[in-house]
Amino acid sequence: MTLTKRGYSENSRQKKDNPVEKETAMIENIQFRLNGRPVSLSVDGDRMLLLVLRYELGLTGTKFGCGQGFCGACTVLVNNEAVRSCQYPVKDINGKEVLTIEGLSKNGELHPLQKAFIEHDALQCGYCTSGMIINAYSLLRKNPNPTRKDIIDGMEGNLCRCGTYIRIIAAIQTAAKEMRGAK
Amino acid sequence: MKNKDYLELDFYDITALGWLSRREFLKIFGGGIIVFCSLGDSFALQEEKRQRGMRPEAPADFNAYLLVKGDGTVACFTGKIEMGQGVITSLAQMLADELDVTLDSVEMVMGDTDLCPWDMGTFGSMTTRFFGPELRAAAAEARSVLIELAAEYLKLPASRLEAKDGVIFDLKNKKNQVTYAQLTKGKKIERHLEKKPPVKNPSEFTIVGQPLLRRDSHLKVTGQAKYAGDTLFPEVLHAKILRPPSHDAKLKSVDVSEAEKIEGVQIIREGDFIAVLHKYPDVAEKALAKIKPQFDRPAAILDDKNIFEHLLKVAPQGEIAAQGGNLTEGEKVAQNIVEKKYLNSYVAHAPIEPHAATAKIEGDKITVWVSTQRPFGDKDEIAQALGLQPQNVRVITPFVGGGFGGKTSNRQAVEAARLAKLAGKPVQVAWTRAEEFFYDTFRPAAVVEIKSGVMNSGKIVLWDYRVYFAGQRGAEQFYDIPNHRTTVYGSGWRGAQGTHPFSTGAWRAPSNNTNTFARESQVDAMASLAGIDPLEFRLMNLKDSRMIRVLKAAAEKFGWKPAKAPSGRGLGISCGTDAGTYVAHIAEVEVDKNSGHVQVKRVVCAQDMGLSINPEGARIQMEGCITMGLGYALTEEIHFKGREILDLNFDTYEIPRFSWTPEIETVLIDAKDSPPQGGGEPAIICTGGVVANAVYDAAGLRLLQLPMTPERVRAAFAAKG
Repeated sequence: MTLTKRGYSENSRQKKDNPVEKETAMIENIQFRLNGRPVSLSVDGDRMLLLVLRYELGLTGTKFGCGQGFCGACTVLVNNEAVRSCQYPVKDINGKEVLTIEGLSKNGELHPLQKAFIEHDALQCGYCTSGMIINAYSLLRKNPNPTRKDIIDGMEGNLCRCGTYIRIIAAIQTAAKEMRGAK
Repeated sequence: MKNKDYLELDFYDITALGWLSRREFLKIFGGGIIVFCSLGDSFALQEEKRQRGMRPEAPADFNAYLLVKGDGTVACFTGKIEMGQGVITSLAQMLADELDVTLDSVEMVMGDTDLCPWDMGTFGSMTTRFFGPELRAAAAEARSVLIELAAEYLKLPASRLEAKDGVIFDLKNKKNQVTYAQLTKGKKIERHLEKKPPVKNPSEFTIVGQPLLRRDSHLKVTGQAKYAGDTLFPEVLHAKILRPPSHDAKLKSVDVSEAEKIEGVQIIREGDFIAVLHKYPDVAEKALAKIKPQFDRPAAILDDKNIFEHLLKVAPQGEIAAQGGNLTEGEKVAQNIVEKKYLNSYVAHAPIEPHAATAKIEGDKITVWVSTQRPFGDKDEIAQALGLQPQNVRVITPFVGGGFGGKTSNRQAVEAARLAKLAGKPVQVAWTRAEEFFYDTFRPAAVVEIKSGVMNSGKIVLWDYRVYFAGQRGAEQFYDIPNHRTTVYGSGWRGAQGTHPFSTGAWRAPSNNTNTFARESQVDAMASLAGIDPLEFRLMNLKDSRMIRVLKAAAEKFGWKPAKAPSGRGLGISCGTDAGTYVAHIAEVEVDKNSGHVQVKRVVCAQDMGLSINPEGARIQMEGCITMGLGYALTEEIHFKGREILDLNFDTYEIPRFSWTPEIETVLIDAKDSPPQGGGEPAIICTGGVVANAVYDAAGLRLLQLPMTPERVRAAFAAKG
């Protein structure tokens, strides 16, 4: 009898991009921009971006939810694309631009999405909120005037257990409106 | 309130521990006015008192306090925690209103076992119902002290003074005033609440009853809100623990030699408890994968298919929860008999934040940051596990990323504490999603058998209800039925040895989801048999005016048009009570015959919860309940083989997503003069029943098992032909 997969961040049914098989860490020098500032790190290039953000850079706003890209709590922006940072090896961000929830407000002014989430009470426990907002940010960049269905399709991979979807949809609509007006 | 309303108190044997002594507290906080509350006379607080009494070191005469600080701000100390349900806002509203201060001046200090008085835990929709009145009384007492001080200061009789927004002024000359800050500065006044002072009438409220936004949103939308896993120190080590493949596996042998070779790894072993520590969790994971364990595993007997048969077999003697009339007589007169068996599977809590804890030892004292609904219970368990005096254990509860009953059990807190002690360094234990499923205390699988009888006129004359292992909450029916009996076999948690293959526990509105699904499905089946519109059928069999009112309110909002089911419209009704609150739902669904997919398009929910402290917060809870409830109605069930949990992540265990979101409309019944009731759970109890009844109305299929997965819906279509 061998140990089950329990306890590992693998796909729950099949191994996928398995970091466990590597014998030794490949320390690489990674340079990227994080929330507008240059970062240079000597780090195991296979380490997932989520861990680098949380445990090497101290940015804990991005959350661990499922470890396999199913829930979206770890969503960050890489070159304006929403990615699951728990599945994204840090070597792949070399030379890129990363935005996390901590970098969204500018000079103390909340982003329209953050404001709309507050106005609509579009959160309860708040654990999925960072990923929701970042995913919505990416959605609105691509589609500044989304229909309700566009929002649902674009947000489908982000899970909220408290059941705030209906308010998040409304918040994204409000933010979209404000952002269009601001342009 | 009757005892039956508080069955949820029976979840655990909760034992109480001491906390910071009053003297120490005063030392930390310096001056101000401090009000210690006495325990109330409610059953829940009596229970707390009883449990607390078992521990002599715990003061038994108060359970909460507040502090009016020298700067005029107010701190409220409570062992309750914030997990999304919104009490960080609603408790502050109650306090601010009673004390006549602005909401902004209230600071909530929650779930810190050193600073806050003992509390049983945050569950059972009890915070507002039972803690709320105590908090209001404390606030009223603090206000009366301030008025006394102001009378002295302004040299006026107290009767001429009025307080507003932290300022006390002369009713005859508003300029003649003094602030709370001026009055409390440099003072140390300690009050013990023996008798409850008069509190405000609902008509005097200016903050309670207002729909207010959450107070913790800013922290949560900027990523600053801290959860247990966000407590990090430079020297913290991340632990990955060797887990058995199933709950009955025994570790036979283990080889850790390969894991030890990985640089920087520390392996801790104490009996079967084997953990790998490293500065980074991924390295700890890699090392854990190198450990080669051998387990002995008994053959798997139970699985998610045969579990119901098993439960009926092992059920203990039933206990009659309610009865009236004569069942034999009822059966004789009934013109139609309906006999059905309802099933529901094990359901996981699955909060998006998995259980986490960070433990740090300094000197002889350990501090543990825990994602918990029960900080004082964790403190007790940690003290026992480490052999420490309770006063040397401090549990701090940061924001909790969802609980739903699942975070009343916190194995990870003890694991982190043990590892911190063994390693001599701070340790964080943050579970993977697979560990979260493995160690969850599931909502129990259950069976309900009902035999009921109805006249052609629509009058229900017989109700024989037998529930196995769901538990009693919500089992007693509330229709006007002359011959009825409700029998409860086994409780909803803590089944005897050999009942459930793994832990079960309280899941949002425990017992009631199963009971309401079964009852409301059965009522609907009788309505259909009698050829009567399901709303009309319910109304004609009800005498409870509050239930009638919520049903009518929901129907009005929905625009209900009578028809007998199945009408092909896909409309369903369900109603029930939970935590003192009445709820009625009406839903519209679409059923895809080919795929078996059920799409819930619209849900209207009417709720009578007495006085609603924060109507906006109440609506959010209703929406959350409806959305979360769709999961147990449609997809959520734990797959298992023997005592192995087969669901490891959200790919096989499907919880509601954006695309499931129906239109949701909520109606709050205006009931300001009734005491506030529960709000975090009631609206979830109807979801299973309302969707099942709507599916029947859409397609003529009576689904008797939750969840109503596409496979089960397709099978029902096939069986119908």
